[in-house]
Amino acid sequence: MLEALRPSLVIARREVTDQIRDWRIIFPVVGLTIFFPFLMNFTAQQMLDFVNRYGAELIGERLVPFLMMIVGFFPISVSLVIALETFVGEKERGSIEPLLNTPLKDWQLYLGKLLSATVPPLFTSFLGMAVYIAGLLVTRVPLPSGNITAQIITLTVVQAVVMVSGAVVVSSQATSVRAANLLASFIIIPMALVIQGEAVVLFWGDENTLWWVVAGMAFLALLLVRVGLAHFQREELLGREIDVLNVRWIGKTFWRGFTGDARRFFEWYLKVLPAALYQLRLPVLIVFLLFIAGIAIGASLPGIYHLAVPANASLEMKKAITELPALFPMFSAQPLLRIFWQNTLVLLIAMLLGGISFSVFGLILVMITMVIAGFGSAFLLNTGLVTPTILAGFYLPHSLFEIPAILLASAAVLRSGAMLAVPDREKTIGEVWLLSLADWAKIMIGAVLPLLLVGAALEAWVTLPSVPALFR
Amino acid sequence: MIKAQGLTKYFDEFLAVDGVDLDIPAGKVLVLLGPNGAGKTTTVRMLTSILRPSRGQAVVAGFDVVRQPDQVRRNVGVLTEHHGLYGRMTSLEYLAFFGRLYGLPAVEIERRSRALLEQFGLAEAGKKRLSEYSKGMRQKLALVRSMLHNPPVLLLDEPTSAMDPESAHIVRNAIKSLRTSERAILLCTHNLVEAEELADTVSIIQKGRIIASDQPEILKDRYLGYKIFELRLAGSLDGRLDRLPEGVTLVDRGNTWLRYQTADPEAVNPRLAAWWIENRLPGIISLSEVPRSLEAAYLAAVGASGLEVNHA
Repeated sequence: MLEALRPSLVIARREVTDQIRDWRIIFPVVGLTIFFPFLMNFTAQQMLDFVNRYGAELIGERLVPFLMMIVGFFPISVSLVIALETFVGEKERGSIEPLLNTPLKDWQLYLGKLLSATVPPLFTSFLGMAVYIAGLLVTRVPLPSGNITAQIITLTVVQAVVMVSGAVVVSSQATSVRAANLLASFIIIPMALVIQGEAVVLFWGDENTLWWVVAGMAFLALLLVRVGLAHFQREELLGREIDVLNVRWIGKTFWRGFTGDARRFFEWYLKVLPAALYQLRLPVLIVFLLFIAGIAIGASLPGIYHLAVPANASLEMKKAITELPALFPMFSAQPLLRIFWQNTLVLLIAMLLGGISFSVFGLILVMITMVIAGFGSAFLLNTGLVTPTILAGFYLPHSLFEIPAILLASAAVLRSGAMLAVPDREKTIGEVWLLSLADWAKIMIGAVLPLLLVGAALEAWVTLPSVPALFR
Repeated sequence: MIKAQGLTKYFDEFLAVDGVDLDIPAGKVLVLLGPNGAGKTTTVRMLTSILRPSRGQAVVAGFDVVRQPDQVRRNVGVLTEHHGLYGRMTSLEYLAFFGRLYGLPAVEIERRSRALLEQFGLAEAGKKRLSEYSKGMRQKLALVRSMLHNPPVLLLDEPTSAMDPESAHIVRNAIKSLRTSERAILLCTHNLVEAEELADTVSIIQKGRIIASDQPEILKDRYLGYKIFELRLAGSLDGRLDRLPEGVTLVDRGNTWLRYQTADPEAVNPRLAAWWIENRLPGIISLSEVPRSLEAAYLAAVGASGLEVNHA
């Protein structure tokens, strides 16, 4: 194993040596590891003095680990530049081809580049955090707890791997350094949002939640490394020269994926769509289990968080329910379209979120819906506001169409994310992405939207107008 | 050592290489001649397993370029068109880096690096950063890198393109010395003099297709006709030459000289000399072959192919 890793280490060593010799890298790194932590120490000291004056020690206490996280994060963000040009920079300088001609396997080359872009920023992060902690000791500011310190260190590592591996994926797929820098915003913006979320969690003080963030980031890091390795191709690296948007090619590739080999609509409906549905067997099973888990989590929440029920809740609810037939007149198109659009919008957002996170955020969104449904149902039943029969009346019969539709749409999102992480030597990453989008569109147009339309019609014209009858 | 059959490469719908056949046995140099964008680099990249052929097959140093890419690369030394070096390294560091990637022992890397740097006149610049090297020095170092692991197959893309005449001479001599019984060399070049000097076989590639492939002399015969000889005379012909012996075709003439063409100079030239004396024609000062350039044959071949030249 070590023998197989040796070429990767040779590449990493050369690149790290090269970075150390470049003053444009060394100067900011030194600044961020030596001077920046001192600035943060000073800030921590001043903030503590200030908030203590007003008896808000808690804020100061939470600020110290937050600043440590920032000290660790800054060198990684600066080093993104190194990661972004690992492949495409060498391509522009014309030094990539001799490297590609060596007998290295693709994964050895990729790992070497990944290591060379990850290790120096991590080293500088740790150095910065060490300087920061030393500063805290000197200025006698209380240190963060061991648990939080461990969380911040682990977070720094996984964040570094996520950012660098994301940047290396960009670098191996981009046509120029300029294109890579433009695409970097797809890494920087989500990471900035994640850091803000982490800051909220740190100030909130729920230490265990951060471990969940660590787990999620670690999973994302693994996915990114996997995607990078799956789609790293020497041929693509050298062959791609043009970064002009080829709308014709995009349209052609998508249409080819969407229509398959069908020539007529019925052929598509009877052959291509069933084949696409058949491919969703495993994703459907996974999503189904996630749905069950979501409902179970939601159903367990009323037992943990006790919500007070207003005294007149039952009357208010009855009043609202009796108004339903007026709000949903039979065969009126408006409520039907409103329900249909609402459901479609959620599934489109799920695809959009899934598209930028290998389907993870898309599935989380759908799962949250299930948690809310589970929570609402359990809450209504526990408080005795509704009976199981009435509750069933809320969901049936439209859910018989809507739930399979959501299940299929979520499974399609999951599959499109998984397709990106699976190696395909015959296709570029762009081609794979377009084909996964075409598969998703097939499922949406062929199955999900018709089911949602029927479900919306039943909900607007049957379920909701019928609920008052159940309450009598 | 290098054998390719029907090698074809499409980039989307663009046909870059169209059914190229190559056969380079050990000890031979094949020169691939062609205009920019003709498919030379794409062919080399397929032979180094960087590009996967759309059709056809190739075996390099006994290994299939599609199924055994690692073994192919291990046995091939490539001088690429763009040989961008790492500017912050010295030549010894640079060679050590590549030597390690080829799995050579440290002692071997050191020994071969020093010997090759010496051979190419780069020994004194060994401690300089590569960013300080001139264009020609960089080219030579890239060539040294391609030879470092002593590969049985060398693929050289424009090896002397950026060099001054002296450096180019050193490199050409090095290539000649590399032509051993164990090594096959494929050389892509625009330099026709170099091609003529080094080639055992010249293949002319145009629009991705090999339009002519043979020994340089045979190519010249094919595209420029038979060898032309020139007779320089001591006196004036004064219209005395009204016929020539069989097998001799008059190409041009002056008062004190004439040029003729023959398919079989070994037999015809002595017979012509005897006939000349016998007919008491003006004395012969010299009989020499008129040089025919490969350039003229190349241009004739390209012109005869009917394919439009695709300049990149």
